[in-house]
Amino acid sequence: MSMTFVEKLLAKYSGNQNAVPGQIVTVHPDHLLTHDNTAAIIQKIKSELDIYGVHSTSLPIIALDHVIPASSEKTATNHKVIREFVNKHKIENFFDVGRGVCHQLVVETGLALPGKLLLGSDSHTCSYGAVGAFSSGIDRTEAASLLLTGETWLKVPNTIKMTLKGKLQPGVFAKDVILHIIGDISASGANYCSVEYHGAVKQFSVDDRFTIANMGVEMGAKNSVFFVDDITIQYLDSIGISRSDYTPIGADNDASYMQELTYDLSEIFPVVACPHSVDNVKNVKDIDGLDIQQCLIGTCTNGRLSDLGIAADILKGKKVHSNVRLLVLPASKEIYEAALHQGIIETLVRSGGVMLPPGCGPCLGAHQGALAPGERCLSTANRNFKGRMGCKDAEIYLASPATVAVSAIHGKVTDPREGVK
Amino acid sequence: MKVWKYGDNINTDMLFSGKYTYTCSTAEEIKPHLLEDLDPSFSKNVKEGDIILAGKNFGCGSSREQPVIGLKAVGITAVVAESFARIFYRAAVNQGLLLVECPDAVTAYGEGDAIVLNADNGEIVIDGKAFTFPKLPKEILAIRDAGGLLPYTRTKLKNK
Repeated sequence: MSMTFVEKLLAKYSGNQNAVPGQIVTVHPDHLLTHDNTAAIIQKIKSELDIYGVHSTSLPIIALDHVIPASSEKTATNHKVIREFVNKHKIENFFDVGRGVCHQLVVETGLALPGKLLLGSDSHTCSYGAVGAFSSGIDRTEAASLLLTGETWLKVPNTIKMTLKGKLQPGVFAKDVILHIIGDISASGANYCSVEYHGAVKQFSVDDRFTIANMGVEMGAKNSVFFVDDITIQYLDSIGISRSDYTPIGADNDASYMQELTYDLSEIFPVVACPHSVDNVKNVKDIDGLDIQQCLIGTCTNGRLSDLGIAADILKGKKVHSNVRLLVLPASKEIYEAALHQGIIETLVRSGGVMLPPGCGPCLGAHQGALAPGERCLSTANRNFKGRMGCKDAEIYLASPATVAVSAIHGKVTDPREGVK
Repeated sequence: MKVWKYGDNINTDMLFSGKYTYTCSTAEEIKPHLLEDLDPSFSKNVKEGDIILAGKNFGCGSSREQPVIGLKAVGITAVVAESFARIFYRAAVNQGLLLVECPDAVTAYGEGDAIVLNADNGEIVIDGKAFTFPKLPKEILAIRDAGGLLPYTRTKLKNK
């Protein structure tokens, strides 16, 4: 029987020969990701943890990234409770404040590998399809149950096949591609579905694939996946993972898809997701000249070395406009160090960028960089929901790091292809 | 019984703002902030037995179970929508909040129409007209019947 990626993977993990859309299967994920919400999760199962302990010490991955460093006694106490839990239960994969955004850490430390199954109590857990893993978001209660039992149910989803063809034009990036797709199929266009990327994907680095897979949830997808190729293998090799450490899973050529879509990348132009929905996507030219007060480069969507490098190339020798605050958050300490080493951070700071610690920062409005009523932020993050950055009367626009960097210089939304005037 | 009607893509920030996610986790802490940026009158006026009716992709966005815990705590009987986002859907199963996915019922509803829900039969009656919705698979019903995921897991661990 021919199967898609997700059908093969869920068949394997449920011990079945086949898996068909709609079927409910029981799986034991390789890893369970939780972050600052670990405190609330373990609170739910305090007495059970005392009796039964955790299902396995290698299952959990815990990263403190959402409110770091702690902003109050309450969030500091959350972190303390989590550290005590980690020590008591000998949790093997723990990343304390300053190590980076959880999703970046999972990938760059090789915890997400091709053909693996990971679940996490964060919606952007779907990012690990960048390296050929199946990964998906769940809620806190399910994470609590998984900590105790190591198992949960999954419904085998339908699959959408996205075939990419052609080559991106200069000034157009992976972020523009995924925003274009979401704008096309809508914020619910891939609801409950697995999304496979086929075709001209060789032009996308693992960083680019990360950006695209990360935003799968913004069109409702259960997971998104790029299949293992030379680029994946080279990336994994660069982080010390050898070819014998993983077993890639692909899709059969004659697998059955719910929907097949084709996008010509050569026709895609720089875009911006306008308030207050990620699928409200417009050509950057349509809102050219719109005043902005804050710019943000970072997050699990676009805080990688290549993203910071693109921004630094644009900002080199230039100044951020006096009406604009440019906030920069490397997605991890490792990226921060590499960017320091390459002079990227110096360029960004000299141009007027404000460095924030590697974490989620202002993205979800829980910590730092909040907006005031009437303000507009142009951000490389993944969500522009009303109130997302702490203020319901502010506006958030989403774009690529290049568009954000160029716009920061001009103090208004600017097409990155026009370069720096 | 009041029906609270909202549109498409009601996201988790509208249901419960991200700025509270690391400071509010109990039902009592959550309740005053429910739907704060969407409909400030909701938390003040919602009553036990009320229903929410919405369009497509209800609950999209973050992994955030506070809105589910909150809606259950204020006594919302069910959320009836054209479709739900998947993490919200799982969270509702795990907390035992009834979700009814029935686009025809949402379209048929007019202001002031009476709604009668019969979850066990998978039936919703709008102004005298009956619509059916798919019943939950048995694996998921077992979680709901146990009173939610944690009671279900506790029983499973005890019986091991």
